[in-house]
Amino acid sequence: MLIAVQIAITLAILSNALGLIVDRLSWSARLTGIDEANIFFVYATSVDKPPSFTALQSSDLALLRSIAGVANAYATNSFPLEGGGWSMSADLEPDQKTASAHISYYFVDEHALDTLGVKLIAGRNFNASEIVDRDGSSAPPATGIIITRTLAQRLFPRGDALGKSLYTETKDPSPIIGIIDRLQGPFVAATGFMSTFTENSVLAPFRPLGESSTYVVRTKPGGLNDVMKAALSKLEVINGIRIISARSMQEVRARAYRSNRGLTLILGAVALILVAVTAFGMAGLTSYWVAERRRQIGIRRALGATRLAILRLFQKENLLIAFSGVLVGILLAISLNIWLIGRFEMVRLNPTYVIGSGFVMLLLGQIAVLLPALRAAQVPPALAISGSRVS
Amino acid sequence: MFGYYLDLALRSLKRNPVLTGLMITAIGFGIGTSMTSLSVSRAMSGDPIPEKSRQLFMVQIDSWGPDKRGERNEDGLDENMSYIDAMALSNLHAARRQTRIFSTYLNALPTDPKQKPVGIIVPAVDSDFFPMFNAPFRFGGPWSRSDDQEGSPLVVISRKLNDQFFAGANSIGKAFTLDGVSYRVVGVLDDWPLVPRFYNLHIRPYGQIDEIFIPFTRAIKAQASTTSGMSCQDTTTASFEVRLRSECLWIQLWVELPVAADVVNYRTVLNNYAADQQRTGRFHWPPHTQVRDVMQWLKYRHIVPNELGLLVLASFGFLFVCLMNAMGLMLARIIGRTQDISVRRALGASRTSIIGQCLVETTVIGVLGAILGLLLTLLGVMAMRAALADDFAALAYLNAKAVGIEVLLAIAATIGAGLYPTWRAAHVEPALQLKAE
Repeated sequence: MLIAVQIAITLAILSNALGLIVDRLSWSARLTGIDEANIFFVYATSVDKPPSFTALQSSDLALLRSIAGVANAYATNSFPLEGGGWSMSADLEPDQKTASAHISYYFVDEHALDTLGVKLIAGRNFNASEIVDRDGSSAPPATGIIITRTLAQRLFPRGDALGKSLYTETKDPSPIIGIIDRLQGPFVAATGFMSTFTENSVLAPFRPLGESSTYVVRTKPGGLNDVMKAALSKLEVINGIRIISARSMQEVRARAYRSNRGLTLILGAVALILVAVTAFGMAGLTSYWVAERRRQIGIRRALGATRLAILRLFQKENLLIAFSGVLVGILLAISLNIWLIGRFEMVRLNPTYVIGSGFVMLLLGQIAVLLPALRAAQVPPALAISGSRVS
Repeated sequence: MFGYYLDLALRSLKRNPVLTGLMITAIGFGIGTSMTSLSVSRAMSGDPIPEKSRQLFMVQIDSWGPDKRGERNEDGLDENMSYIDAMALSNLHAARRQTRIFSTYLNALPTDPKQKPVGIIVPAVDSDFFPMFNAPFRFGGPWSRSDDQEGSPLVVISRKLNDQFFAGANSIGKAFTLDGVSYRVVGVLDDWPLVPRFYNLHIRPYGQIDEIFIPFTRAIKAQASTTSGMSCQDTTTASFEVRLRSECLWIQLWVELPVAADVVNYRTVLNNYAADQQRTGRFHWPPHTQVRDVMQWLKYRHIVPNELGLLVLASFGFLFVCLMNAMGLMLARIIGRTQDISVRRALGASRTSIIGQCLVETTVIGVLGAILGLLLTLLGVMAMRAALADDFAALAYLNAKAVGIEVLLAIAATIGAGLYPTWRAAHVEPALQLKAE
């Protein structure tokens, strides 16, 4: 009885935990679509007022691109997994009541595709002449936009996205001039509204000008740390008093997912220990029963039961109990899942994990009961009949 | 009698060390895991300002209408409101205290030229902010309400910043350069751990303490850009003046409403304001507003990660399973000692004394299990700090009250698990067992 209850609880928790762990691990393993191993980011903030933001940014980018080991660089408003950025709705017609799609919005120039390492699968890249300065005092329309494949398929399922227009920031249409394979948005959310449009990204030809700049830099393979250090030291001495910092994409990724990974791993550890404790519990309880029923076993043996028969007896008993525990456990797992979905935005229960966990519990039960059952089988008939109790 | 029982208990526990060890381990692990996850969960969902959390309310108003309602929160309300609404609502003076808040990013220039300038997140607030949120002052105090109206360049700085820039001395009246403008220090805060920092949940709400505060009106005069999130409908990056007149949402409004009657009154005032906007044609929908106190606000914003809830559940399931195991092990021990007990019964021990002895035994196991559980909880809390981002590192802690509860829980749980085995032991018949020898 105790065993059945333990199995039921363990099964319920295990199948839900497995579902959540697998979901979160695969969520945090998603590719951003960029060349993560060779990219780092630079934040530069001016403390004193520079004469011209345009000139400052051009000289910064020229410097960055000239550093040995740098393949390309561009200035942007945000990047994948940064944690914050621009998001908005994208419509097929102006003045729509409900959005056609929700998107992340990146400011890029003509160097962006090469810097990020994303693949253009249709259309073309921006020309240098199409990039418009943007200093926060106005919102000029985007003369063209590049969107991700996911967004294109969602809005134009017939595959005719190129040349069509989207309405995003302003009332003016933005024609789609190119489609890239994939680019993740900057927001890191596993659940909730912000997690529903991670692959819908739009690249708009704007040069963000202001006191703070964010640069994306791609290095040639190898030596990213040295190049990053060189970039920091070279940028610090030009263009007035500035606060400069840099961060590699690997670090960005680690920071984005760190706490979620930690919690998930701990949950996994607890689930694992739970299974182990249940297995040991089964072994312990079976030992207790064996001890309690020594006399019964002895009588059976005396009446002609073989050792194997005794072994089989305990195995079968365990199987029956474990099976009933598994059945109750499945019901418990389903109800637990429904409650968790309501309360904690949990993932739906995957039947594979439930059945799989059930099998694991049955198997563990059989293994756990093996040793005590073997010991039971060793009870000699004569000793049992004489009725001496184990002390 | 108690001493005798204790002696018996210790002897019998020592007789089968493996079994005893397993029991203590089972209880210890169960308690340790559940207490660790519970302490982290408690810390994260804990009340950042328990003395006042029921009196502080976040004000929300729908100024975009059902067509353009954001989809971020369940009720379609945004955490921020527009400048127009923030000004209008605060001018109604319908609450005992109130503050408008948004956070900006400014560069602080230290007085020592050798030190590098530092970029800091600066909340722009009204003077009521400090008494509202019980901010403790080391030197000086907040600026006055008239300073609020003037938008004077004054700052309140944190203790840490005061140590860093002024070597911890009384810096009231000293100058402080932010983004090229000279501000005067009027107050230095004492250590003020407001965790989570519920008025700005955007940037590291668990890990960041704000170091500098400036008057809201000052930030508006300086046309400071916001880092605490902004939603606009279309004129996204238009000039600052346009933004002030637009329906961009970027300002929070917090009010202090000490009594329930105040809350009712404020809701009425808020809805009347929204109804006015509808009458004048600015809103084309019926009033949609809300006020939420601190804990309601944190819950609404889903501040605690969902995985934590499952972890707490898993831990308690684990505890339950461990206790069942302990019960099973205790049963196994009773079986092993039936002869023992029956001899004692035959010698005249009453059922009560057997029960008494068993209870003492289970209590001893409970105490030992509690000690192990405590050690494991300490380890577990350290492991949680390492595994989670440094954001939560400050949180998972143990205080004396939690430790006390944990020990009591361990002992109570062990005694509970031991009830059935005790009952079994008490019903061992003397005569039958002796005969069976």
